[in-house]
Amino acid sequence: MTTAIKIEDLGKSYVIRHEQAQSYVALRDVLTDGTKRLANRLFNPLERNRPQFNKEEFWAVRDINLEIPEGERVGIIGRNGAGKSTLLKILSRITAPTKGRITIHGRVASLLEVGTGFHPELTGRENIFLNGAILGMPRATIRRKFNDIVEFAEIEKFLDTPVKRYSSGMYLRLAFSVAAHLEPDILVVDEVLAVGDAQFQKQCLGKMEEIGSTGRTVLFVSHNMAAVERICTSAVLLDSGTIQARSENVPAVIREYMSFGGTRHGALEWLNTNGAYKSRQFTPMRFYIGAADGTVVMGAQRNDTDLYVFVEGLIDELDPSLQIGYAVYCESGELLYWSFHTDAKESEWAPSHLGRCVFQSRLPRRLLNEGHYRIDLGVALFCRQWLCEPGIRCPYVYLEISGGLSDSPYWSQRRPGLLSPVLPWHSSVSADERSPDSNSKS
Amino acid sequence: MRELVQDKLVLIIEAGRTERHYWLDIWRYRELFYFLAWRDILVRYKQTVIGILWAVIRPLLAIVVFTVIFGKLANLPSGDIPYPILVCAAMLPWQFFASAFAEAGNSLIGNSNLISKVYFPRLIIPASAIVVTFVDFLISALILVGLMLWYGFLPDWRLLALPLFIVVAIGAALGIGLWLAALNVKYRDFRFVIPFIAQFGLYVSPVGFSSSVVPEQWRLLYSINPLVGVIDGFRWALLRGQESIYWPGLILSTALVVLLLISGIVFFRRAERSFADFI
Repeated sequence: MTTAIKIEDLGKSYVIRHEQAQSYVALRDVLTDGTKRLANRLFNPLERNRPQFNKEEFWAVRDINLEIPEGERVGIIGRNGAGKSTLLKILSRITAPTKGRITIHGRVASLLEVGTGFHPELTGRENIFLNGAILGMPRATIRRKFNDIVEFAEIEKFLDTPVKRYSSGMYLRLAFSVAAHLEPDILVVDEVLAVGDAQFQKQCLGKMEEIGSTGRTVLFVSHNMAAVERICTSAVLLDSGTIQARSENVPAVIREYMSFGGTRHGALEWLNTNGAYKSRQFTPMRFYIGAADGTVVMGAQRNDTDLYVFVEGLIDELDPSLQIGYAVYCESGELLYWSFHTDAKESEWAPSHLGRCVFQSRLPRRLLNEGHYRIDLGVALFCRQWLCEPGIRCPYVYLEISGGLSDSPYWSQRRPGLLSPVLPWHSSVSADERSPDSNSKS
Repeated sequence: MRELVQDKLVLIIEAGRTERHYWLDIWRYRELFYFLAWRDILVRYKQTVIGILWAVIRPLLAIVVFTVIFGKLANLPSGDIPYPILVCAAMLPWQFFASAFAEAGNSLIGNSNLISKVYFPRLIIPASAIVVTFVDFLISALILVGLMLWYGFLPDWRLLALPLFIVVAIGAALGIGLWLAALNVKYRDFRFVIPFIAQFGLYVSPVGFSSSVVPEQWRLLYSINPLVGVIDGFRWALLRGQESIYWPGLILSTALVVLLLISGIVFFRRAERSFADFI
């Protein structure tokens, strides 16, 4: 089998400056910094070797060696910030590597975002051509596939409407449809399934499987483990920019991804040590799973113990739309449920107060199955802004459930299914049996 | 046939090496160039009441103001040429240059979503921005046609040389535009430099007056402004040579434009590799 992509000793570093408030460099800063440095040199000539400022070299990916045979569908998984997107950006030539070398055989099309380059003022028809050109499709190809694209997106009636008037669902469908009709040798896809509703995701997955089955090489980044398992023939696990695992046994890699957080980082508790997620409304300081008395629990937990999710944070400004909550993900990466402190009737909401404020919520007993879970913190200003968005950018902890599934002599082990609730059962005499009885009474 | 060609396609990405097939890639992405220009032309006057008329009104008002101030109030000499035509022949290339380099300079920032998500030779973005302003320029040229018919002042054979000066104007706009666009990605200060150059440049370029009013000993120095050569050339080509060409100045201006353009491309290409990291 021939090699489609060969990556040798690849690395990409960024120089990050701490205390940097702006997202871009202003010439003013460069000039003032330069003057400061010059002044320092003049006045303290002996201190010349002192490291300058708080600059730090940060390797987004490093020492990546990977060979991908033609026709393989590789799932790239890892936590946020593990280097997945950087790797894809280097592969798609958006950013240049700092060291190393990549050899690619064939035409690459990358889809790092759905609807890149869509212009809201242009009509659906115009955007199909524009977006196609941006993705590198020749005009003749777009024309040939135009009908397929429109049909897949189900927007026939709105072809000549500016896309700014589209519903978000139509917009996504159209954008994905254009991309799905690319015919590259190598397709690079980043987390496009994170957006859109279930129907859209299903459609996307189906199309991706179809693309994969035609023998194209696919690189697929996703947090949706079920999707990775379904589509990919092999998986790569990235952590802190390096390859942790690479195997054709996709479930094994996924298991490693889901578990190593629990074992290696031992993270039943998250502490805000570097001033992250700062906001006036709520800055999370501590997020952990604990017992009723507030102590952090260690190791695997029985399903029938009382466990609490604790969220401790700093409030500088009371905001009535503040929502504190958490999301539970199972081992395969699927979201089980969300819970927020504003879920009940408004009069029953736990009040927030200025300063350090602790929210707690009991995890339902006997609901989770045996296994590993990831619990993401969610903090939002209702309908305005995510301060911590579960599954996207948020603190998280791991929880392992083992034992205590039920008191029944018939049931002691892990059951099939995502959940294993113990639900009440009742019985009564059936209506047919009862009817002669009631007759006799009357 | 196509498949065969694609089979052979091998791409090597290596640290510290510039793209080997850069100019070939630009050729491959020529459709994107066309589409980006087309998009900006379509969108430019959407949701405006008078639409494309804006391309005419802006230079027209500027010409009226200049004619009144320089021609009537300051009484600057214009020879046998009607003053409005003298101003118009300079205002058109100036406005083209000013909006072209400004659009090009801001084009990368305006397309940051593309730059951080898709690969293509970035040179396409400022280049297509200039195409859009060129269309405006062609439309606004109607003013000059109108004025010439009104005054019965028609150009002669020298008009044939006009495309040459248009090329120089495009080169000047692209050269400065590339510098500003690349710098703008890293240092947003240049957002403020752009309108400043546009405003300042109008007064140091011979738009409201003929460059023959500049004393002889200063003319070569004056031609360091690349627009001096362009505007003098426009006037020479359009006004039957009544505005004579000052050759040393024209050569200096043109040489500077070539230098600006080449250095702009080199600088842009060097900066291009890290655009996605900074934008």
